[in-house]
Amino acid sequence: MNNPQLNKNGELQHLLTTEGLPARILRDILDKAAGFVNEAENNEIKKVPLLHGKSVFNIFFENSTRTRTTFEIAAKKLSADVVNLNIGSSSTSKGETLLDTVDNLCAMHADMFVVRHSTSGAAHLIAKHVAPSIHVINAGDGRHAHPTQALLDMFTIRHYKKEFHNLRVAIVGDILHSRVARSQIHALTTLGVPEVRVVAPKTLLPSHVEKLGVQVYHDMAQGLKDVDVVMMLRLQNERMQGALLPSAQEYFKYYGLTQERLLQAKSGAIVMHPGPMNRGVEIDSSVADGAQSVILPQVTFGIAVRMAVMSTLAGAK
Amino acid sequence: MNIHIKGGRLIDPHNEIDAQRDVFISDKHVVAVGTAPQGFVADQVIDANGLIVIPGLVDVAARLREPGYEYRATLESEMDAAMAGGVTSLSCPPDTDPPLDEPGLVEMLKHRARLLNKARVFPVGALTYGLKGAELTEMIELTEAGCKAFGHADAALTDTRVLMRAMQYAATFGYRVWMRPQDSYLARNGVAHDGEVSTRLGLPPIPVVAETTALATMLQLARETGVKLHICRVSSAAGVELIRAAKREGLPVTCDVSMNHVHLTEMDIGFFDSNCHLMPPLRSLRDKAALRAALCDGTIDAICSDHSPVDDDAKLLPFAEAEAGATGMELLLPLMLKWAEEDKVALPEALRRVTINPAQLLGVKMGHLSVGAHADVCVFDPKATWKVEPSVLKSQGKNTPFNGYTMQGRVHHTIVEGRLAYSL
Repeated sequence: MNNPQLNKNGELQHLLTTEGLPARILRDILDKAAGFVNEAENNEIKKVPLLHGKSVFNIFFENSTRTRTTFEIAAKKLSADVVNLNIGSSSTSKGETLLDTVDNLCAMHADMFVVRHSTSGAAHLIAKHVAPSIHVINAGDGRHAHPTQALLDMFTIRHYKKEFHNLRVAIVGDILHSRVARSQIHALTTLGVPEVRVVAPKTLLPSHVEKLGVQVYHDMAQGLKDVDVVMMLRLQNERMQGALLPSAQEYFKYYGLTQERLLQAKSGAIVMHPGPMNRGVEIDSSVADGAQSVILPQVTFGIAVRMAVMSTLAGAK
Repeated sequence: MNIHIKGGRLIDPHNEIDAQRDVFISDKHVVAVGTAPQGFVADQVIDANGLIVIPGLVDVAARLREPGYEYRATLESEMDAAMAGGVTSLSCPPDTDPPLDEPGLVEMLKHRARLLNKARVFPVGALTYGLKGAELTEMIELTEAGCKAFGHADAALTDTRVLMRAMQYAATFGYRVWMRPQDSYLARNGVAHDGEVSTRLGLPPIPVVAETTALATMLQLARETGVKLHICRVSSAAGVELIRAAKREGLPVTCDVSMNHVHLTEMDIGFFDSNCHLMPPLRSLRDKAALRAALCDGTIDAICSDHSPVDDDAKLLPFAEAEAGATGMELLLPLMLKWAEEDKVALPEALRRVTINPAQLLGVKMGHLSVGAHADVCVFDPKATWKVEPSVLKSQGKNTPFNGYTMQGRVHHTIVEGRLAYSL
């Protein structure tokens, strides 16, 4: 089976998932992103003309303000023309099929699509359908993947920890429904992190998750013991309705990240969160705003990483 | 009309024949095997040299999509597909629109099928009105209209008291109950086997326990009611094990498997191939191996196509939104042959699973070529290869996970009721 993300020269044609990509490609993106961040100037990101004359279409079938905005800023920093489309929750409810929508946008001469959709595999379907001159970036599909989030997380980890090969990383929370967690796991293992842990009650873990190369913990204290990086996940409120959890209070009591729990991790451990946070549900405010939190730098780095992804794709022949 | 099928290798599993024998057909029936009856003058001679002559295939699960879903397929298109696949008898599930819950609908379907004069259609009647799982249908009337069994297709039947009463009522009259075991709560919103692939791709899962809990309940109710229970489309190793134990115990239970599950696994989903969105879902390699072993040892009685034509638009969607199902009647024979070859099962034994066994599941007199039997015959070339492509399929549904595969074994002639209904 051909990797649908790579062109015949082995270059990145689409970014759909972090799974199955060579470490070389991931590292190149991180290096390129580093070039966009001016560390001397408070991590300021300068505008460059790399995508001048190109059209980037943000197609969001599922609502998101933050991700769409960072993609928009990233495209503008690359001097691209940006079009934002919020199509709503479901392609089929509008009567027009997903691929009809895509065909229409192709006819408007798009060069790049940034796609978010509530169904796993939507970005793959679009990538398979579009002309070879068009690049597709998956901005989140169902429970499947959110590769740019994972890459910005990798960038943040490298920024603070320098290397990957000596780290112990814990991902905590609703792994079952999380596209972020899946993409993080693949990126971490590809970049050589020797120990990736997932910490959650059994109801929030998919079956055979250990086959992704992670160690499973149900106890928060054990799961955080001596880790270098704590990656928290957002807990959606609707999880209480599916009989997955009894209450947000009980969840916080056993799986919420507090200062006290964080003491289990290494002293210099960093705390990450993809946002938006539920303070008092998965993370205590004192941790979110504390000295070990790198949650806001993640957002800034997210712009540089998305610029790196877009310029990498635009450079594929 | 007298037909002489000449020079072929006749395989008739029911009569334990595997030899070069001519078959003589007259007035809708087989009149002789081997030597021509006195005074037989053939109107038509079919040269079967180098070909294999078998009873027409009996497919226990082929959706014809009529009434109600003519945009997916019509009786005309699917009957052509049946003929091209050598399928001379088929059973269709009741999940049409409206469902097959009234004698008039069943009579109409049978009547329309008869007019086309191709495969024989034996409908499975709805076990409950509208497949809603609440009220029993008029099973006696439906049987008189032509239903050979009663089932619930893929519709949920969550009320176990209704299921038990339906089985009791059916058992009263000796009717068969055909059920696909799937607990609708455990399978809710699921689209793929709960395993490594669904975890990787983030596809909502259907765990094996959805099959086994439903199956355990059904077997328990069958034990209680004495109904003749047929399990449709078993998909897991654990499911097979429950059926094997029930058979060993002497329960009157039978089961079938879809040819898709004999050849494919969750891995075939690859990067979200919606052609592999099937119901039940494709399961693990271990499950596939167990299904094959159960086919060999007779735990599974029949292989079916689970023919479910879907229109292209309904497949050009993200995996979970795409409609489940694949076209299949034209692939049943070659895929059965492929299984026989891979698992080294002798052809006469393998062919039982698509001829006499499914005929017996339906309680019909087809599936063999004894003298006096209905002359439903399939003549095929076991060596001919062909590539599965939308353009070569007669079915209106062009979606199959086997698109692009090369098949070995091609039907040359299909005879139904003593009439040559199809030739390649």
